[in-house]
Amino acid sequence: MINLTINGQNIQVEEGATILEAALKADIHIPTLCYLPEVQAIGACRVCLVEIEGNRNLQAACVFPASEGLVVHTNSERVRLARKFSVEMLLSNHPMECLTCARNLNCELQKIAEEMGIREVRFTGEKSEGYIDDFSPSIRRDQSKCILCRRCVTVCQEIQSVSAIFAQGRGFETKVEPAFDASLNDMACTFCGQCSLVCPVGAITEKEDIDEVWAALADPTKIVIAQDAPAVRAALGEEFGYPPGTLVTGKMLAAVRRLGFDRVFDTNFTADLTIIEEGNELLKRVKEGGVLPLITSCSPGWIKFIEHFYPTLLTHLSTCKSPHQMLGALVKTYYAEKAGINPKDMVVVSVMPCTAKKFECNRPEMNDSGYKDVDYVLTTRELAKMIRQAGIDFRNLEDDIYDDPLGEYTGAATIFGATGGVMEAALRTAYEVATGKTLENVDFTAVRGLEGIKEASVPIEGIGEVKVAVAHGLGNARKLMEKIKDGSADYHFIEIMACPGGCVSGGGQPIPVNNEIRRLRAEALYQEDRSLKYRKSHENPSIKRIYEEFLGTPLGEQSHHLLHTKYTARSRF
Amino acid sequence: MAVENQCCCTQTNEAELYPELEKIIAEHQGKPEDLIMVLHKAQNLFGYLPRKVQEMVAEGLGVSLNEVYGVITFYAFFSTVPKGRHSVKVCLGTACYVRGGQRVIEKIKKELSLKVGGTTEDRRYSLDVVRCIGACGLSPAILVNDDVYGRVKITKLAEILERYE
Repeated sequence: MINLTINGQNIQVEEGATILEAALKADIHIPTLCYLPEVQAIGACRVCLVEIEGNRNLQAACVFPASEGLVVHTNSERVRLARKFSVEMLLSNHPMECLTCARNLNCELQKIAEEMGIREVRFTGEKSEGYIDDFSPSIRRDQSKCILCRRCVTVCQEIQSVSAIFAQGRGFETKVEPAFDASLNDMACTFCGQCSLVCPVGAITEKEDIDEVWAALADPTKIVIAQDAPAVRAALGEEFGYPPGTLVTGKMLAAVRRLGFDRVFDTNFTADLTIIEEGNELLKRVKEGGVLPLITSCSPGWIKFIEHFYPTLLTHLSTCKSPHQMLGALVKTYYAEKAGINPKDMVVVSVMPCTAKKFECNRPEMNDSGYKDVDYVLTTRELAKMIRQAGIDFRNLEDDIYDDPLGEYTGAATIFGATGGVMEAALRTAYEVATGKTLENVDFTAVRGLEGIKEASVPIEGIGEVKVAVAHGLGNARKLMEKIKDGSADYHFIEIMACPGGCVSGGGQPIPVNNEIRRLRAEALYQEDRSLKYRKSHENPSIKRIYEEFLGTPLGEQSHHLLHTKYTARSRF
Repeated sequence: MAVENQCCCTQTNEAELYPELEKIIAEHQGKPEDLIMVLHKAQNLFGYLPRKVQEMVAEGLGVSLNEVYGVITFYAFFSTVPKGRHSVKVCLGTACYVRGGQRVIEKIKKELSLKVGGTTEDRRYSLDVVRCIGACGLSPAILVNDDVYGRVKITKLAEILERYE
């Protein structure tokens, strides 16, 4: 242990701790901007400067190691002026568009400027050249707002192993962008949106579809149908002041209905359906000697990743569409017929924790109903904005429930939102379907939690040991792909989610996100799972009914047409 | 870097250079840490770093194309456009800067209608900025190929450039 003094307070920390970590331990707040716990500490922004006795220069607390006997001041006149100077320099090259910015009231730069009491920016002069890249359906970049903190670069490169953006040029001309001044839309970007989660300002956000959805809701000729992904209910509350991990399913459904949606279905219904289809696909491949390991296909960021970086492994992917695309296709066929609505008058809006799903719903193959299966995708953040725009008092809403017949779901479906959830749901069903016996303990805890790659082996009578793996974050996915390529992956089934933590911390979720928040949101979903009457997908009565009334058998002709898809090999460049 | 100032006749024989590039890349296969070294060698070979070269380097070393481009645009030494037959380098070290180096650049830019880092359409000249060529006593100084010109007068620039066909 190391002893040091910060602001006259004696503090003990482990060897290797930084001054920032030591201060945090003593509840001393040091402002930071480029620093991102668990991801990046580079001392670039000069906002966390502190004074260290015996050091001529001020030092960045996020990178300066604590050492024995150090005497640190975090609140001296010199420190305050230096920090203020750093922030004023940033502001001198920042468009002062706070009122019209997507991150208004949730911007780290704005917050720091306020904390430091900056009332004027003393420096004026040339500003960096700015432009807007909104060519992709998922991500919007406003280069003029970028403060070059490089959080997005680090997340994209080190966590996701994608490197779709990088610092280009040098000095005043530096821009964080793809090569050749290209749009993200033209590069090997997965649209996972993790960059938009870590951006401290409004330089990277989702591409909003709010106006389009309002227009559909206002159109009396349209029947507008919403569906909500499981991860949304575990995080939406944070936008309305609830602590992370508060489950707001009932209020969310009530709010969506008050926005004017004509029907509110649940993506969890088709999560259950995915388990039936994918489970049968797995059993078929195992029995008939098909391509193994089978890999899940629910995460569109992951799909675009494998299309760009491992196109030779596309045959490993399950052909199942992601659950919300299945639901879109069923709404405009099965439900349209049942309710006597012309599918051309239907507008399907998916509320997702995800930016990649905006790209996915625009893929040309997602028109199997004869119409665009899902018309718009809103992120959790966008839904929260619409709720605020509509003046809905979220906290005082009475709980509502989803509509039939595409709303009923099991606990197996709701845990899709956490890493390992799809695998756990699949194991619950695979076990019972393959053995005909009842599973006593449905909790497969080995596939839960935030470890990057999780492995498990489950004995299933009649099949033997079923070996599975779960990866979240594309860097971890890449490791598994390399194992498949070199032949050392002897798994039957792999679950991959593009975002670290799974959908609960997807690119469209409330900001901020860290491991503690990931854990709490996942726990909310496991809590919902435990509270539900049915916890295995094949027990869902509405699922049984849709096979009887419409789909026939799993992997049958109708399923093949509406619920399954194909993939596109893409270039790395 | 002797090749840098020579004619590289990019249009005629560029295709023939790719097997050579493949050899260079093979020596550094899967080594992202060798990126700058490989880009150096590639630029010596081609005279500049076209997109296809960048893609091959990225693929071979296991680096993203965006990162390769980031490194190229960070270092003034690397160029993504073909170099002209004659390299014009204007010194902007401290001494040359205070003695009017910037005005020399502006004049050349106007005279040849090109920007810093660019090449004229006829590939006769390319223009770069350098920091101190050790001729501070002769400031402002320029370098055309290997020839140093000191105490450059803006009115004499056209005459100097004319000497290089």
